[in-house]
Amino acid sequence: MISIDLIQSTAEALMAKAAIEIPDDYLAGLKTAAETEDGDLSSFVLQAMLENYEAAKEDRRAMCGDTGVPRWYVKIANDATIEGGPVALETALRRATANATNGVPLRPNRVHPLWRTDHDNNVGIGAPEIEYGFEPEGDWIDLITVHKGGLFGTDYRMLFPSDGIEGIKRFYLDTLVAFGKRGLACQPAIIGIGLGGSKDTCMVLGKRASTLRVVGSRNPDPRIAELEDEFKTLGNSIGMGAMGFVGKNMVIDCNIEVGYCHTGGMQMSVHAFCLSSRRAVARLFADGRVEYRTDPDWFTPFQRRDTVAWNEVKEAAE
Amino acid sequence: MKPRQIRLSTTPTSDAIAELKLGDIVYLDGLMYTAREGVYMRALEEQANIPMELPSQSAANFHCSPAAAIREDGSFDMGAVTATASFRFAKWLPEWIAKTGAKLIIGKGGMSSKDYKDYFVPNGAIYLSTVGYGTGALLGRGVENVEAVHWRDELGLAQAMWVIRCNKMGPFIVASNLQGECLFERENERISENLARVYEGTKPAVLKRFGETDDRGDELIG
Repeated sequence: MISIDLIQSTAEALMAKAAIEIPDDYLAGLKTAAETEDGDLSSFVLQAMLENYEAAKEDRRAMCGDTGVPRWYVKIANDATIEGGPVALETALRRATANATNGVPLRPNRVHPLWRTDHDNNVGIGAPEIEYGFEPEGDWIDLITVHKGGLFGTDYRMLFPSDGIEGIKRFYLDTLVAFGKRGLACQPAIIGIGLGGSKDTCMVLGKRASTLRVVGSRNPDPRIAELEDEFKTLGNSIGMGAMGFVGKNMVIDCNIEVGYCHTGGMQMSVHAFCLSSRRAVARLFADGRVEYRTDPDWFTPFQRRDTVAWNEVKEAAE
Repeated sequence: MKPRQIRLSTTPTSDAIAELKLGDIVYLDGLMYTAREGVYMRALEEQANIPMELPSQSAANFHCSPAAAIREDGSFDMGAVTATASFRFAKWLPEWIAKTGAKLIIGKGGMSSKDYKDYFVPNGAIYLSTVGYGTGALLGRGVENVEAVHWRDELGLAQAMWVIRCNKMGPFIVASNLQGECLFERENERISENLARVYEGTKPAVLKRFGETDDRGDELIG
């Protein structure tokens, strides 16, 4: 059984790690971008961001003053048991979010949409979001926190099969240019694209594509992987860089995730995980071990399965 | 060419402001206060007395909510500092600038050149943008002290009026000048020239959105 105290203390550590330490994969991507950038202003911006990551780590202070909207993804292996059950787990994650908001400190961003009530701790109705996934084997749980910006860079559109790849490209460019102007998307970003599902799941897929896959990863479908490469190049050919200044770096990487959709439709969403791509991950085992990492490794073959039963896939592989 | 770097007081002289060029990098010294929709509504719509002497104490209005906590002993723990997008405050800014004599409006993304010409220039004010966005940790290092937090109970931590003593706080980018020119619009115009080529081969969605435009030079704020 995984101890609830361990869950809460690990969750608090993850909140601080996500806020302070830029993940290595994004950092490497941004360094490459900084080397290639030749726009005077956008180049200055990228250098300032690289200095900012160092300052955050040295001072143990958040890299960005806007905490975004902290959220949790919990991956539960099939044989894991949690002390106190799922209700205790959610309480621990909510408490960790509140404690870290005051402890790091983070900006208390979360307010009631109408009454603007602020608990000063990033906890409230539906906040933080806690989403779940499962894996067939093991007795561990993965805790993943993501602090993604909450205002700009995301859009959704109902496309149709007749729109085709050219229609997908158009909406991709529309979203990048619209939110890239004046740098509202805080680019260069990890762009996530969700295709298919239904409106809500399309948004979920795109958001997860941007936040739960690392820079350099590729979709296992080779034709989708080709699109990812093509879209990265396309986004970086707009001529726009950091802050919407003239430049050549909008997209650190482009990740695409798909879900089966209505036969008449082709839903599409676009998401930007920003210059402070904040994510942190830990795997907790029943024996009390905790392993920290920055790759959520969310999109496993199990998450992308397209058969009725998982066994069919497994047996085919064997 | 590397941008110029300049140190500027938060109560700047008109000469110092006149010398700034679009794209200059600025570091600030002196008192700065945060004010966004909460403060504007309270001071302008509810006519509450502003709890500072403006502009003599500070002529620098930061569109910001810091990542900060108030410790049990009443002192402040300020971590990272990042701006929020300013275009949303155009509704209140003309009255605010006239009332408080603010010369430096500091935030994210800038305003339109129309805003600059209509009420920045006549008041001798310019816009400074944060960099990134956002260099929260670097700006946090420039905070020498939190002098006060006004209206914390009325507005909450995020919307309260934080009074910050800055010591070489930056970097910020000069995004408007006393001619009312806008750095972001200048950059948008240059980028727009290239957009037709990038869009080549794509096609508009088969189902249109009501009110949709294909003019890629459009400014989306204002």
